[in-house]
Amino acid sequence: MRSRSSSAHNLVDTANGEISREIFVNEEIYEQEKERIFTRAWLYVGHESQIRKNGDYFVSKMGEESVILTRDFAGKVHVFLNSCAHRGMKVCRYDEGNTRAFRCPYHAWTYKTDGTLIGVQDYESAYQPPFDKSEWGLVEVAQLANYMGTIWATWDKDAPPFEDYLGEAKFAFDHGLCAWDGGDGGTELLGSVQKWKVPCNWKFIAENFSGDWLHGVSHRSVDMVRLGPSGEVGRRDDFGQLVVTAYPEGHGILYSVYPNKETRIEYATSAVTSEYYQRCWERRLKNRGELAGTCPLVGTIFPNMSFHAQQPRTLLVSHPTGANETEMWRTYFVDSEAPEEVKQFLRDYYMRYSGPAGMTEQDDMENWNYAHAASSGTIARRRPYHYKAGLGRGGAHAVIPGVVTEDPITSEQNPRYFYKRWAEYMDTGSWDELLDARKIRA
Amino acid sequence: MAKPDLTPERLGYLDLMREIEDFFYREADLLDEREYDEWLDLLTEDIVYWMPLRKNVSFENRSKDITAENDLAWFHDDKATLKKRVKQIQTGVHWADEPISRVSHLITNIRLAEPISSLGEGETTMTKCRFIVYRNRVEDETDFLVGRREDTLVRVNGSLRIARRKIILDQSVLLAKNLTMFF
Repeated sequence: MRSRSSSAHNLVDTANGEISREIFVNEEIYEQEKERIFTRAWLYVGHESQIRKNGDYFVSKMGEESVILTRDFAGKVHVFLNSCAHRGMKVCRYDEGNTRAFRCPYHAWTYKTDGTLIGVQDYESAYQPPFDKSEWGLVEVAQLANYMGTIWATWDKDAPPFEDYLGEAKFAFDHGLCAWDGGDGGTELLGSVQKWKVPCNWKFIAENFSGDWLHGVSHRSVDMVRLGPSGEVGRRDDFGQLVVTAYPEGHGILYSVYPNKETRIEYATSAVTSEYYQRCWERRLKNRGELAGTCPLVGTIFPNMSFHAQQPRTLLVSHPTGANETEMWRTYFVDSEAPEEVKQFLRDYYMRYSGPAGMTEQDDMENWNYAHAASSGTIARRRPYHYKAGLGRGGAHAVIPGVVTEDPITSEQNPRYFYKRWAEYMDTGSWDELLDARKIRA
Repeated sequence: MAKPDLTPERLGYLDLMREIEDFFYREADLLDEREYDEWLDLLTEDIVYWMPLRKNVSFENRSKDITAENDLAWFHDDKATLKKRVKQIQTGVHWADEPISRVSHLITNIRLAEPISSLGEGETTMTKCRFIVYRNRVEDETDFLVGRREDTLVRVNGSLRIARRKIILDQSVLLAKNLTMFF
């Protein structure tokens, strides 16, 4: 049995770039992660475009647990544990919809969309003296935040406000989740959610999207068949120079910087989409000036939310369902104001890129699956993983905040920062200590 | 026992049904024997190959349990994309299907949506069937995917071709880690 105090740091040696396989395959460690990470961190729950109207709801997850994201009839957004206060049954078993109340199918306890208990079977006759219904509403998250349409929640009342939690990685959202022209038009989800199970620990996925540029060989086949939306090379259009950045809050972002002086041709296989993007680029130059070409490509917000901001544009949550299994939930987003034809073209491109049938992502799942499986053995666990690429290199960038490595960007600094933060959550009791720990470099 | 109703219409229907069954069984063989280029020849140039998502909905909202064509899906491919999928497998470095998987397609419950007795050149008909797609790979990795298909067939130069395929998988959360196979 592992002792709880300072044990995680013994498994995560970021100074030497060595991390124990135990943290990926050990069931006891996973049980502790559920308590120490998933009840404390801010977790992505959904998007405001999923709950536009009062009474709209979307069933999501926080860690392993089902939650309901809903907008009550005063227009206020809530996130509730999807479990009846009486006997625990899920009070909502549809993926989404609109309702005036959540009525438990087991004993008919009924809750308003603001979580208050309004109906109890035989309330007058069965409970003498009557109990106080206001104390038996749905369990609600401690804090909730809406950042550029993305909705986040934490069970921990002591967690810092969401923007502090993001830290300087906020820069990535400001330049990545906005409308492509950099204006105020906003973005929305392209409809429903792809959900699928992957037999690997959730951290393989979070780490991968934190900016692992060393796994190019995984995607060689898709580069060879030229999936790119201009049909010419590779799997994406030219995105400029890469910059890898890590944040002491555990986030990791891979940015690209496109030269502002150049015209930018994207999506050439669709004339309408290409023209739309060229107009957006011209407006982005006006709206963002020097920063127009600076945009995240891919990143992970600690612990388990990842996003792509360019090609494709997608939001992912890697919900753990055990030490050895993860449920991936992927949604895709577009400019709210894009023409319908552009949205359809992007949707089809995004789906052939990402998701379980995505020609790029298929190969990721294979690697995570069998890397995990081959790390579980008794001998295998004795050997740490190797995270030494770019050790000691990180510096600063003129524009992009964070610890920056560029030219070459083949650095594993982002996973090192991710696991440093992971160990701090696992070993640290209070948020004061967690916030202080950000001052120490990985 | 009643005499068999072997009118010309009935005989025409039975002949067409046998032709369609043979067509689907041959298609399954081509896929399972990894003759992908020949499989692509069975698809029209303007094929729509679509596998929508499935959702948990109430009986009242049962029409919404399959995502609409302008919503997300597992697949929503044209022929150019299907060709790229085939080419990707043929690169030999598509790790998701390398080493190659073992796949069997079982096609059953084949019906014509409209009873017809012949399918002339250029004419189309909609068929319905059930599928079981079984995949086993590497050692113990096994997927068992079951659902319905709605195929629009068209006769081109005397032969059947698939003009549209809607694949309705009976899973909401996909229990396979990826979809490297065709349906």
